[in-house]
Amino acid sequence: MSEAGTSDGRSDGTPIGRRVVLGLVGLGALGIAAGSTVQERLARLLAPVQRADPTGLTSLLPLGNTFRYYSVTSSVPRPTEDTYRLDVNGLVGVSSSYTLEDLRSLPQQELVREFQCVTGWRVPEVHWKGVPLSHLLDLARPAPTATAVTFRSFDGAYTESLTLEQARRSDVLVALEMLGKPVTHDHGGPVRMYVAPMYGYKSTKWLSSIELTDKVVPGYWERTGDYAVDGWIDG
Amino acid sequence: MADPQALALRLRRFERAERLVHRAVAVLMFTAVGTAAILYNGFLSEPIGHRRWVKRIHVWSGFGLLVPVVIGLVSAAFRADLRRLNRFSSADFQWLRTKTRRDGAIPVGKFNAGQKLNAALSTGAIIVLLATGTLMYFPSSTRLSWRQGASFVHDWFALGVGLLVIGHISYAMRDKESRRGMRTGKVSTDWARSNHAAWVAEMRVAEKET
Repeated sequence: MSEAGTSDGRSDGTPIGRRVVLGLVGLGALGIAAGSTVQERLARLLAPVQRADPTGLTSLLPLGNTFRYYSVTSSVPRPTEDTYRLDVNGLVGVSSSYTLEDLRSLPQQELVREFQCVTGWRVPEVHWKGVPLSHLLDLARPAPTATAVTFRSFDGAYTESLTLEQARRSDVLVALEMLGKPVTHDHGGPVRMYVAPMYGYKSTKWLSSIELTDKVVPGYWERTGDYAVDGWIDG
Repeated sequence: MADPQALALRLRRFERAERLVHRAVAVLMFTAVGTAAILYNGFLSEPIGHRRWVKRIHVWSGFGLLVPVVIGLVSAAFRADLRRLNRFSSADFQWLRTKTRRDGAIPVGKFNAGQKLNAALSTGAIIVLLATGTLMYFPSSTRLSWRQGASFVHDWFALGVGLLVIGHISYAMRDKESRRGMRTGKVSTDWARSNHAAWVAEMRVAEKET
């Protein structure tokens, strides 16, 4: 064995380590640029496999097409059919407190739209059903001074806001169903917001009240992170 | 069984600074991996909640990984070991190709080729995780398609780093003397001779020269 072949103490040998590092960095950069396309194709390709997999293990693969559970408190109460209430109040002509039964008896709208998280993961083609928020606002008769809406969650911490104009859009729902069944607790049930044109953090889970206000109050993540108050999903 | 006298002879393998860097990186890595598992898996995040805090700890332990490494660069011993890890000799390639690589027929330097590969892969992956994590942490400064890409890359590289960490620990679990080397800084000459013969020879030469 030659001295050059055995000793790694000097500067002999090839700097493979550095090349591996640079190669991975290049791969990462490529992934940032092309990742959303690759991910979509991969998710479509593996969807039949995931559906047929009885163990559910393939759903652990990071394809970025599954929901991630977000809760900001230690535990969230589980209201029942009898105890749940949705209050609509603030700068309104008519304050109300809706039961689940009340909400189900109002006109329903269905949407099939993606759920897009601001950090990058998205779930395509989610089926949503619920009362258009604009309908609840009409019933409440907002005062002339009302310009915004604040949403509160019965987790006791989360809040979000929309301008009144945004809140009146036809693709903003007080959702009672998601993925073809009543909204589950983990997804923010029994009632959650779905603000289709905006990032997920605008769609308050575990909705307990809708308050009409005279200004937009920045929401939970907007107060603590780099999140836009107008959470439009860009291009 | 090695003779006790040879075992008693201890070789200096890692300086204090290197051991401290290793310890700090290990603590931060465990924190980052643990919080990542909570953020990613619903069955963990559901009972734990407190997403803001879990996220905060994850992000700070991730960025924090840089700190011990950068401070460690002050140590000449750490820099020298990084140089060794970077360089692959022809014997290293031979070592990687041979099935009987552990029998000592191919003299191994201070680090074997597997350790060098692990160091390079971990370093590259951590840099990518830091970059993609930054994009995800400051969403208003980047476009959505990049964040989607960053999220995708972050997930897969995290899986890769997780496997590297598991591999690293399982090799360490199998070798008490190598663990002692990282804990105390010294290893038995006997262990060094059978695992890193070229390094022992190199130390001898250095001793004679001084």
